[in-house]
This record gives sequence, C-alpha cells and structure tokens, in this order.
Amino acid sequence: MSTNAKLLYCRCAYAQVVPQAVKDEVLMKLCESVAGFESVADLCEMAAHRDERLKALAANGPLRIAACYPRVVKGLFTQCGAPLSDDAEILNMRAQTADEVTAGMLCDA
Amino acid sequence: MITHTHRPLRLVLYEGEGAITLSAEARAKVMAALLDKGYAVTRATANGTAAMPHDDRSLLVLGLFPDQKAPVLVDSTGKVNIEARDITGLDAESVVLLVEKTRGTTPMNQPGVWKPWFPVIDYSRCTNCMQCLSFCLFDVYGVSGDGKIQVQNNDNCKTNCPACSRVCPEVAIMFPKYSAGPINGDVVSEADLGREKMKVDITSLLGGDIYARLRDRSVAAKSRFSKERSPDKALEERKKCLTKMAQDGFIPAEVLAALPSPEEIMRKAEEAKAKAAAALEA
Ligand code: SF4
Ligand code: SF4
Repeated sequence: MSTNAKLLYCRCAYAQVVPQAVKDEVLMKLCESVAGFESVADLCEMAAHRDERLKALAANGPLRIAACYPRVVKGLFTQCGAPLSDDAEILNMRAQTADEVTAGMLCDA
Repeated sequence: MITHTHRPLRLVLYEGEGAITLSAEARAKVMAALLDKGYAVTRATANGTAAMPHDDRSLLVLGLFPDQKAPVLVDSTGKVNIEARDITGLDAESVVLLVEKTRGTTPMNQPGVWKPWFPVIDYSRCTNCMQCLSFCLFDVYGVSGDGKIQVQNNDNCKTNCPACSRVCPEVAIMFPKYSAGPINGDVVSEADLGREKMKVDITSLLGGDIYARLRDRSVAAKSRFSKERSPDKALEERKKCLTKMAQDGFIPAEVLAALPSPEEIMRKAEEAKAKAAAALEA
C-alpha cells in the first residue's frame, strides 16, 4: 500500500453498472474527508476515445482508484497505452461495500 | 477508428487558500451532479494535490470566493484557458446550469446518448492466439506493429454483444459494462475456464485447423491446410455459432441482422486469416 497515493473516483455515469447507493456513499465519504481527489464521469468512456488524461493520471505517481473490477480498470488503462504502475490500488464498488471502499481509499488520511 | 473524441471539460472545485469551504453535503451534491452530466471534477483542498496535471486546453474553477468575486486566473505557461466562477448560494442544479452556460457550444460526450461498449483485453491471460480477430465480423480487433492482438476499432463493436468473449479460450476478453462475471472483469475461476468457452470448434470457422498448423511451421502442413479449407463450412459454422448465441439471449438479435453478406464474411475471414498468419509467423 502506498502512502500519499493520489485518489481517483469513477462515477460510472454512462451505463451505471456500479450500484447507485455504493457510489453515492463513497463520494459522500470522500467529500467528508479533507482529501483532495480527482473524479471522472466514466473511465470506460475515457478509454473508449483514448483520453490523454488517462496517461496523465497513470504517469503522475501512485494511484488509488475507486471504480470496479481491478482486471477491467487495469485493462482500460493498458488499452489506452497508459498502463497503471504495479503500486496502483483498485477498490471495487461493484463488489465491495461502501465502507470497505472508503476505508481503502482513505487509509492514510 | 475512435470517433468519440469530445472529452469532458475539466472542472476544479476549489477549496484551497482564498476560498470558503463548502459543507460536505453540498460538495457531494455538486460533484455528483457534475459527474452525472459527464464532467471530470477535481476537488482541490489545502491538503490534497491534484492527481491530474493541468488540462491542456481549458479549465473551469468553481468555488465560494470572498465577496462572491471569482478571481481572474491566468496560466503562466499561456497554454491553458482558465476561467473561474463563484457558486455562492447556488444549489447543485444551478451549478450545473452555470457550468453548461460557461461551456457554451463546446462539444462534449455526455451520458445517456451512447454506452461505452467494447472489449478490453486482459493481457495477463491473453496468449495472442488471434481467435478473437478471426471471429469478429466487425473489424474490432487488429494486430499491433509488434504482432500483438489489439482492440483497434472499438467504435465498431455492437452494443451489448459480448460474443467474442465466448470464443476466447483464456477468458481474457472483458466487457466492463456487462452484468455478470467473469466477462465484467470479475476473477476467473477454473469453472469459468470450462464454461465460458464457446462449445464450437472455432478453427472450423476458418475451414481448417489454421492455428495449430501455423504454430507447426512446416511448409507441408501449410500446403495441406490450403487444400482442406472449405469456405462453405466456415460460413455455416460461423452462422450456427452466432445464431446459437442469439437464441440463448447472449447477443442481441440486431447483431444477427447487422451481419455482413456471406461474400463479405468470407472476405473478412480471408483478411483476418492473413493478419493472424502474419502475426503468428513473425
Ligand atoms: S471503469 Fe468500471 S466503474 Fe468505471 S465506468 Fe467503467 S465499468 Fe464503470
Ligand atoms: S482470443 Fe483471447 S487469448 Fe486469443 S488473442 Fe484474443 S484475447 Fe488473446
């Protein structure tokens, strides 16, 4: 687990496969914290059009991401020519509870 | 071909020095409303550093500023157009309206119009066998300069059709917006390895055991392959396979309706074969 990881929250807004209650609660908890963080509407949408920001995110230090299945998130970045570093951490809002995701995201807050 | 290129405007919800902090609830509501409209939002606090370097074109900074006066911001590099807006007293909906007004006619992808539907390859599982390339009739797959399978034309992919994930022998093809695992990216179990494979001999789609023969690089094997190849059988197998998947409800009926003509399918099969052969022989 890397300290001082940059935080990224994915809203999954284009097809909403992440349960609404989980993503709302995770966002609320991030907003209750003092942490600065990045948030994007939909990592899949960004990957679909090879958004250069994925490269910027992957290149800019260790990342901790709240999105969905780690295999998918890694694959999306790789497919855009922006592979995540080995120390990237991915929290899964499709399978974990909001508390688990938040605890993982804010573990060094 | 990648056509969805209108990337979202990046917004910064600024709560650092010189700005007043929002309540957690107001902050969450504003961020959710903007994200649901398709924007990318950075929450900038005195404590946090941004994970994304500045956007290369434009940036819109939102905040509660003293005297409700948004500062005039200029990028020292001159590359970024930065604007700031004060959001004092605005609810989430009004903030969205303000942002939309500021964006004006600049095009941007927004949720609700299109679903990001395309295959994502898990390269930790992929063996570069090229079966997906041969199977897809819509040219979604291609081969990179160094001979690796790639998703090259994700816009060609038929929405809600995960058919190619079924032909991948390694369960390496994922569709992030699919409902169930392992196609949605969930961990692949031993049971999945057996179950997810299409119960069809994919090699017969091309009328012969092309892949095994290409790996066995003997000239004799290649010449035998070309004699054994049967276009009719290939076409029949492909149709049978897709029809079965449509009947099972695994692929939408529209995909069957959108299939190319038999001649076109055979032409594509030839092209795929050539690409796969070149990559496997490299
Ligand atoms: S990466 Fe996962 S959570 Fe994010 S938009 Fe894609 S499917 Fe949704
Ligand atoms: S079918 Fe699967 S293993 Fe074979 S090249 Fe395609 S993704 Fe890789």
